[in-house]
Amino acid sequence: MSIEKTQAEIVEEFSLFDDWMQRYEYMIDLGKSLPLIDPMYKTEDHIIKGCQSKVWVHADMEDEKVKFTADSDAIITKGIIAILIRAFSNHSPQEILNADTSFIDQIGLKEHLSPTRANGLVSMIKQIKLYALAYQTQMN
Amino acid sequence: MGFDIAAIRADFPILQRTVNDRPLVYFDNAATSQTPQQVIDVISAYYQNYNANIHRGVHTLSQEATDRYEAARKTLQQHFNAKHTREVLFTSGTTHSINLVAFGFGSLIETGDEVIVSALEHHSNIVPWQMMCERSGAKLKVIPMTDMGTLDMNAYAELLNEKTRLVFVNHVSNALGTVNPIEEIIEQAHAVGAAVLVDGAQACPHIKPDLQALDVDFYTVSAHKLCGPTGVGMLYGKEEWLNKLPPYQGGGEMIAEVTFEKSTYADLPHKFEAGTPNICGGIAFGAAVDYMNSIGFENIAQYEAELLEYATRALHQIDGLRIYGESPNKTAVISFNVDSIHPYDIGTLLDKMGIAVRTGHHCAQPIMDYYQIPGTVRASFAFYNTKEEIDAMVSGLKRAVEMLR
Repeated sequence: MSIEKTQAEIVEEFSLFDDWMQRYEYMIDLGKSLPLIDPMYKTEDHIIKGCQSKVWVHADMEDEKVKFTADSDAIITKGIIAILIRAFSNHSPQEILNADTSFIDQIGLKEHLSPTRANGLVSMIKQIKLYALAYQTQMN
Repeated sequence: MGFDIAAIRADFPILQRTVNDRPLVYFDNAATSQTPQQVIDVISAYYQNYNANIHRGVHTLSQEATDRYEAARKTLQQHFNAKHTREVLFTSGTTHSINLVAFGFGSLIETGDEVIVSALEHHSNIVPWQMMCERSGAKLKVIPMTDMGTLDMNAYAELLNEKTRLVFVNHVSNALGTVNPIEEIIEQAHAVGAAVLVDGAQACPHIKPDLQALDVDFYTVSAHKLCGPTGVGMLYGKEEWLNKLPPYQGGGEMIAEVTFEKSTYADLPHKFEAGTPNICGGIAFGAAVDYMNSIGFENIAQYEAELLEYATRALHQIDGLRIYGESPNKTAVISFNVDSIHPYDIGTLLDKMGIAVRTGHHCAQPIMDYYQIPGTVRASFAFYNTKEEIDAMVSGLKRAVEMLR
C-alpha cells in the first residue's frame, strides 16, 4: 500500500472518534503495537533530541525498503511514533522522502506539530526522513 | 477581614477562560503566575499616558516615567526591607541577577578558592557558577540532599572552610517546594567569611523575606512569579558587595564620564543597569508587589498551606502515587509520579481536560538523577486557586491513570 493510502486509512480510523479521549485511547493502543527497537540500538545515538520523553528510532534496509523500529518511555509518544512508522515503514527511501506529512493535522494531532511541543513530533519526522536520505545516498 | 477567594479570583481575567472546552485549572504557578487586572491596568496606563525613556529627560513624560520607575524601586526596597534603594537593582529576572553576580564575583576569586552550591538548585543557579569556576579556577562543592528532598545540613557544615568564598542556594526549591533553612546557611557561611547569594524566585510568591534580618549578601527575585510581568526582576546586593563587583554590561545609563581613553562608572544602582531598562515592567513589578501586599502574605501563607494539605491528602488516595519532596517546611508545590507512568503522558491528558501542570525535570536535573526518575508532574498552587480545582485535578488524574495503566 502506498504511503498516501496508509495515511488516508489512518485518517479514516481517527475520524470515527467523537472526542479526544477515544483518540488518545486509540493512540495508546497503537503504542502497544509499535515494532520495538532492538535493545542494542537503545543508545544515546539513537535518541531523538527535543523530546521530553525519550524516543529511540532505528532503521534497517531490507529489499530496498526502509523498516523502522522504535521505542519510548512515554506511552502517548509511543502511539505517535507508531502512527508515523505505520505510514512510512516498508517503503523505498525515495517514497519516504517525497511523502507529505499533513495527515497529522487531519487526525487531530496538530497540536503536537508545533516545534515547541515537548514530544518532538517534528524531530521524529525529521529523523525518519534523515534515515531515508542516508539509505538513498547509499543506494546511489 | 476574611480571605475572599471569589473577589480575588475576579481580579484575574485569565481564570475565566476555558481550555479544551473545560474551565481552566491553572496549577503551573511555579513556572509563572497570572496577572491581576490591577497590574494589567498599570501596564496599559504606562503606554497610554507616560511612555518615555527615563533618567536625564527634561520633558514631562520622561520625568513622570522616571518618578514611577524609581517609586517602584522604593516599593521593592520597603517590601524586602533593603537598607537603601541603591541596593535594589532592576534586572530582567533571576537568571540575569545570578549571572550578574557570577560574572563580577569571578574577578574576586582565585584558583583554589571554593564555592558551594546545593543539590536542590535550578539550572540557572548552577550553570553561571560553573562558568565562573571555569574562568577563575575555583572549585565547586555541592551540599547533598536527602530522600525527603531537604538539604543535608551536617554535610554543609563540613563543606565550609576558610577557602569558601561564596555559597549560593535557593530559598525554595522550584522542583520540590522545599523551604531551605537559609538563616542557618547564611550564619554558618558568614562564620567562615563567605558571602551568600539566595535565589528567591520561588520563595517570593509565598514568603515576604526581610533581607536585613536575614543578613543575606545577594538575593534574587523574578517579577513574573509574583503576579508581575515576565522580563523583569530584582537583584538585591549589600552596598559593600555591589561596590566591589565590576559592572556586568557596559552601555548607556551605567556611566559617569566617557572618553575614548577611559570611562568611569555611575554610582549604584545605575552602575549595573546598562541600557534602557524594562521601564513598564519595573513599574508593573512594583504594582504587583503592592497587589500581593493588599492580599497580605500572612493570608496567602495560611490559605496556601490549606490548599497544600488538602491536595496532599487527596493525591495520596491515588494508588501508586509518590510525592517527591516531603519537607515539613514547603511551599504549595507537589511534585509526583504515579507508578512508572511517564509524567509527559499524565501532563498531556490533564491538558486535554483543561488542567495545566508542568512535567519534566523542571530545570533541576540533579534532583531527578538523585531519585533516578526522568521527571515528575508538578502541581504548583497560588492563592487564587481553590479546593474545587484540586478536586478537578484529582478526578482528571484518576481518569488519566486509568487510560495509561
